[in-house]
Amino acid sequence: MCLAIPARIVELEKDNAVVDAMGNRYRAKTTLLPEAKLGDLVLIHAGFAISTVDEEDAKETWQLLAEIADFDNTPNKISG
Amino acid sequence: MLERIYKAQSLMDAARKKLGRQINIMEVCGTHTVSIFRNGIKSTLPERIKLLSGPGCPVCVTDQGYIDAVLELAGREDCLIATYGDMIRVPGKGGSLETKQTKANVKVVLSSEDALQLARDNPEKVVVFVAVGFETTAPATAVVVKEAAEENINNFCILSGHKLVVPAMRALLSEKNNNIDGFLCPGHVSVIIGYGAFGEIVEDFGRPCVVAGFEPLQIVEGLGEICRQLADGQPELKSIYTAVVTEKGNTAAQKIVNERFEPTDGYWRGLGKIEKSTLKLRDKYSRFDAFKRFDIIEIQGEERNGCRCGEVLCGLVEPPECGLFEKSCTPDTPVGPCMVSSEGACAAWFKYGGVRKSGR
Amino acid sequence: MKKDKHDRILLAHGGGGRLMDELIRHHILPRFNNDILNELADSAKLNLDSKSICFTTDSYVVKPLFFNGGDIGKLAVCGTINDLAVSGSRPVALALSLIIEEGFEFELLEKILSSVSQTAKANNVNIVTGDTKTVESGAVDKIFINTAGIGEKLAGVDLGFGRIATGDKIIINGTIGDHGMTVISQRQGIKFHPVRNKTPESFGSRLTGDSNGVKSQLQSDCAALSGLICELLENTNGVRFMRDPTRGGLAATLNEISRASALSIEIREVDIPVKPMVQAAADMLGFDVLNIANEGKFVAIVSAESADDCLNICKRHPLGKEASIIGEVIRSRDVPVVELITKIGGRRIVQMPYGRELPRIC
Repeated sequence: MCLAIPARIVELEKDNAVVDAMGNRYRAKTTLLPEAKLGDLVLIHAGFAISTVDEEDAKETWQLLAEIADFDNTPNKISG
Repeated sequence: MLERIYKAQSLMDAARKKLGRQINIMEVCGTHTVSIFRNGIKSTLPERIKLLSGPGCPVCVTDQGYIDAVLELAGREDCLIATYGDMIRVPGKGGSLETKQTKANVKVVLSSEDALQLARDNPEKVVVFVAVGFETTAPATAVVVKEAAEENINNFCILSGHKLVVPAMRALLSEKNNNIDGFLCPGHVSVIIGYGAFGEIVEDFGRPCVVAGFEPLQIVEGLGEICRQLADGQPELKSIYTAVVTEKGNTAAQKIVNERFEPTDGYWRGLGKIEKSTLKLRDKYSRFDAFKRFDIIEIQGEERNGCRCGEVLCGLVEPPECGLFEKSCTPDTPVGPCMVSSEGACAAWFKYGGVRKSGR
Repeated sequence: MKKDKHDRILLAHGGGGRLMDELIRHHILPRFNNDILNELADSAKLNLDSKSICFTTDSYVVKPLFFNGGDIGKLAVCGTINDLAVSGSRPVALALSLIIEEGFEFELLEKILSSVSQTAKANNVNIVTGDTKTVESGAVDKIFINTAGIGEKLAGVDLGFGRIATGDKIIINGTIGDHGMTVISQRQGIKFHPVRNKTPESFGSRLTGDSNGVKSQLQSDCAALSGLICELLENTNGVRFMRDPTRGGLAATLNEISRASALSIEIREVDIPVKPMVQAAADMLGFDVLNIANEGKFVAIVSAESADDCLNICKRHPLGKEASIIGEVIRSRDVPVVELITKIGGRRIVQMPYGRELPRIC
């Protein structure tokens, strides 16, 4: 029920976003995260971004992210 | 990673030795329950560290009365039921949403926005969104209620079953089961409400509360931290899910929820009536409230004969102690929600097997 | 290929009359072009070298019909070839039956038939006989395909549950979960809210997906494994048993093997190859990749001594580059179980999946 995964915002228009999770792209809304910007790593739950994700902490926390050798921080690039 | 696991395990071992008895730690999030089982975490714990599953599965704690109300609405010609997948197989009067799905008026959605879109696409039907979930999911519902209001989508309503975690923890400790030494607190609920929300459990009940994420290492380190506090005799409030959890939480989301909802008394399976534990739509949004629209009074339902879901949810018994477990109650033929819900303790126990210690 | 003047299938196309004749002669025969089929006899007459043959049948009802990495046509051919190959035989001939809903677009039928044809040709297999039926609207969902296949058993190869022994190693030829996650992601259920005024084209040409769903680079692993499997079977003699983990995924296959051989299986999560993208998609929905279908993978139970050789043969082949030894067969304690050693060193049972998780993925 509390499934949420980190994903990067790769498109953003008002509160309509497209986020990228390891190459999967989902539509999501940023209504709950008004300060979200293009390129941010965010946590997606039920179609909404609910938190920004600290990049350094992310690699410590999610093993999948740590395993990706060239986990990148640049906006608009596909991660993973 | 393995060194960090060994470190956590030695903290747990030390606590157990220091206290000289079994230590009971409860997780209050169904997603934690699943992760614990899927990662075989119980098998890595030292002897006499016991994990209890709590009332953290929103489908499991949803009272039978609510479920029967949903099923009744699903039987109406003028209604389209939009629900998260978790609810689809919960049994009630006359079947389940799944058995009613053949009537094509039950749709599984992954987001509240999908439910609202259904209303836009089907103006001749009333879409009822089965809004179940804890504080993580309530903001998603709150957003679409406002959108519906702004766009005047009057064929949309929600049956709010959103529940609040902290009141349930209080009720548990006060009345049902105070044999809990510490809590592994839900990671994503805390993203919304902030880890500070669990402070009152530490202060009023003297139990360690540690917020952790759902990765196995997070859970193991969370348990280690709880044990460290128990060994020191100093219960504290702590979060190790620093990547996404802050003390205050997502205040924008909280504001959005508070504007649409207010806490009210509600019925929880296993825990009975808990004050101010369920979210109800505020009067200004009452036209989107399915309870009001369809004149539904939620009657506390009864457990089906022999079903011990209520006790399982309070951590009082483990699934195998229920006489129906694996016999008449299986994932294919569930009697209670703890077996049918993907996050139910009984389903997890059934799917991932009991505990066998790691051969170390 | 002659373009049909109809753009949709009519009931008459399955009626045994002129329209059906045109369908077969103009759309089916030219694509599959072989002497046996061209005879259009009631049965295909085959001359086989071997007296030991393998015979299989399968039905394909996948939804959506077209997905990243394949379609129902390619799936039908690969699936049948794979069933024959994992049984230790060289696929020789296929039968193809189509049940088509009235109103189905001709253009889509042609795409599917081309796919069948290309896949069969690429794998040296002929479609030697077939059948076409049309049914009224709603009686099937667009198109269902049934296949049957014949393979000639490879000399000296004897695969079976009875040959499995404790100590045997378990090999998989690559990443798991690709097919199932691709299909489920493309299906309607994964729609998040539609972003108004955004068209699929604006998301970039590398990404495909339906207009309201997930844009993804997820790709089905749909592939015919006969080449790799023949190489394995002809160059080693340590292979005891093989199976392709389709519906129910690796979990179902390992449980079937465990039950039938009355032996337990222990696998290690760190050694099971999974693409990060597939793992992320599964995590998003709460799925366990062990339960997700694969269409280009086989599980091989091999003797411990031959395990390294088998692994190397796989890795040299394009369809086995990510092959891995994922575990072994062990003695059962009381009941045969499949157990997973998790990434953190924990243990948990891998159950037979409760079949309703993913509808219509094959």
